[in-house]
Amino acid sequence: MISAYYLQIIILVGINIIMASSLNLVVGYTGQLSIGHAAFMSLGAYVSAIVTLQTGLPFIVSLLLGAAVAGLFGILIGIPTLRLKGDYLAIATLGFGEIIRIIFLNLKITGGAVGLRGIPKETTLLWVIGVTLLSLFVLQRIINSRVGRALIAIREDETAAESMGINTTYYKTLAFGVGAFFAGLGGGLFAHYFRYIHPNVFGFMRSIEQLCMVVLGGLGNMWGAIIGATALTAIPELLRAGAEYRLLVYGAILVLMMRARPQGLLGESIGQTGGRSLKRRKTLFTKIKLFRRNK
Amino acid sequence: MLTVEGISTYYGNIQALKEINLKVEEGEIVTLIGSNGAGKTTTLLTISGLLKPARGRVTFCSRDITGVPPHNIVKMGISHVPEGRRIFPQMTLMENLEMGAFSRTDKREIKNDLEKVFHIFPQLKGREKQLAGTLSGGEQQMLAMGRALMSRPRLLLLDEPSMGLAPMIVKEIFQIIEEINSQGTTILLVEQNAQMALKTAQKGYVLETGRIVMQDNASSLLENDDVRKSYLGE
Repeated sequence: MISAYYLQIIILVGINIIMASSLNLVVGYTGQLSIGHAAFMSLGAYVSAIVTLQTGLPFIVSLLLGAAVAGLFGILIGIPTLRLKGDYLAIATLGFGEIIRIIFLNLKITGGAVGLRGIPKETTLLWVIGVTLLSLFVLQRIINSRVGRALIAIREDETAAESMGINTTYYKTLAFGVGAFFAGLGGGLFAHYFRYIHPNVFGFMRSIEQLCMVVLGGLGNMWGAIIGATALTAIPELLRAGAEYRLLVYGAILVLMMRARPQGLLGESIGQTGGRSLKRRKTLFTKIKLFRRNK
Repeated sequence: MLTVEGISTYYGNIQALKEINLKVEEGEIVTLIGSNGAGKTTTLLTISGLLKPARGRVTFCSRDITGVPPHNIVKMGISHVPEGRRIFPQMTLMENLEMGAFSRTDKREIKNDLEKVFHIFPQLKGREKQLAGTLSGGEQQMLAMGRALMSRPRLLLLDEPSMGLAPMIVKEIFQIIEEINSQGTTILLVEQNAQMALKTAQKGYVLETGRIVMQDNASSLLENDDVRKSYLGE
């Protein structure tokens, strides 16, 4: 059927779609810049792996436990840090990500720097497809609900949202918790596919990579996150022929992309339209309308 | 209905309000006038809970609401139209209005209130699907007021509704304010356009560097020499 190489890429695409779409809920829809998303992924990965290794409980249980712990941490981290805004929140989430990484690096139960080995291979293609679709379905349901409208209002204008009667702290924390939960799911799938995890797999660069997927695809757009995750997983593989030049090309693609379409492939954000001609602006608005949810 | 007693509010170390006292009775339009930086906006922000006073007390319908978070204050019946309108630019006009009713769950009543808002602001009708950020300044102000009305406030706080608008539109906005008031909503109005504000209101307070320096019937303030010199440009 499919070779192991392609299977691995497809599985990574699926996991990255879960990561990007859950991060999109926090960054794209709620407007809270988080650059520590990989930390929640690592929580899901480690907790589920340890549960599987130590107790031998079924995969679904360890997967959900990992996600639940990640979600719980999302809420616990969200409560103090979400009072911060913009750059400050970004720095705080960055710090949190590093703390988690260093804790895993020093704990005995996580195997320290050596990492965890011999995790049973439970993640199959079917699992990945199932969990990815389910995650997208749930996230989309949240976005189209009353909660989703509150999140978007917070992104648009937090003070105004607050004076509309939206408990902004509650909804921001909720978004953070839900985002972390799904990141934990992604982490669990990851651990049970690659069978070996160590702290540096979930470092700062992975958080940034996930953020790139969301921004490239378009903030606040679910299809955007899907396309962004697929593109940024597939492109480095396609560029393998270029050997050591591939990261150079990869970087150039990101730069050019942001220059040409700062709102991302499918982004809603109008942002600074600057010198854009009226005609282009109009087509942008029409596109935005097209991509808005159809009621 | 609303009593503000001796509130002092700080931004960091800077004291923006110095023991402000004011009273708004049910059914009134009360205006707060003063120059830039006098503390008008801060007073409204403190009433609606977006800022917490260091000292003093805010009472609404004989309940102490000092330090109550803003989302609960909205539920109690105070709605705030912030300075600069602050509509949600990337939501449609209709979605903006729906956000105004966020704290309510009575769907049928919300529908009725939408009708009422479109009745008060006929300009907004037929543009439900337009992105709010593409509306003109006057329309955005109307949308912001309509959105605030969607929470069915008993007291409406209006912060500089005339800001940046053409004189014709300003006139219209003030007529609408009177109309909203005549339908039973009490209004506390902050304005730099003292002339229009005092003509519309029954009672007025004059703020200067965080202190109330004068309070009277609006018509008497209009006649007052100091007010005329300082705020009416005469």
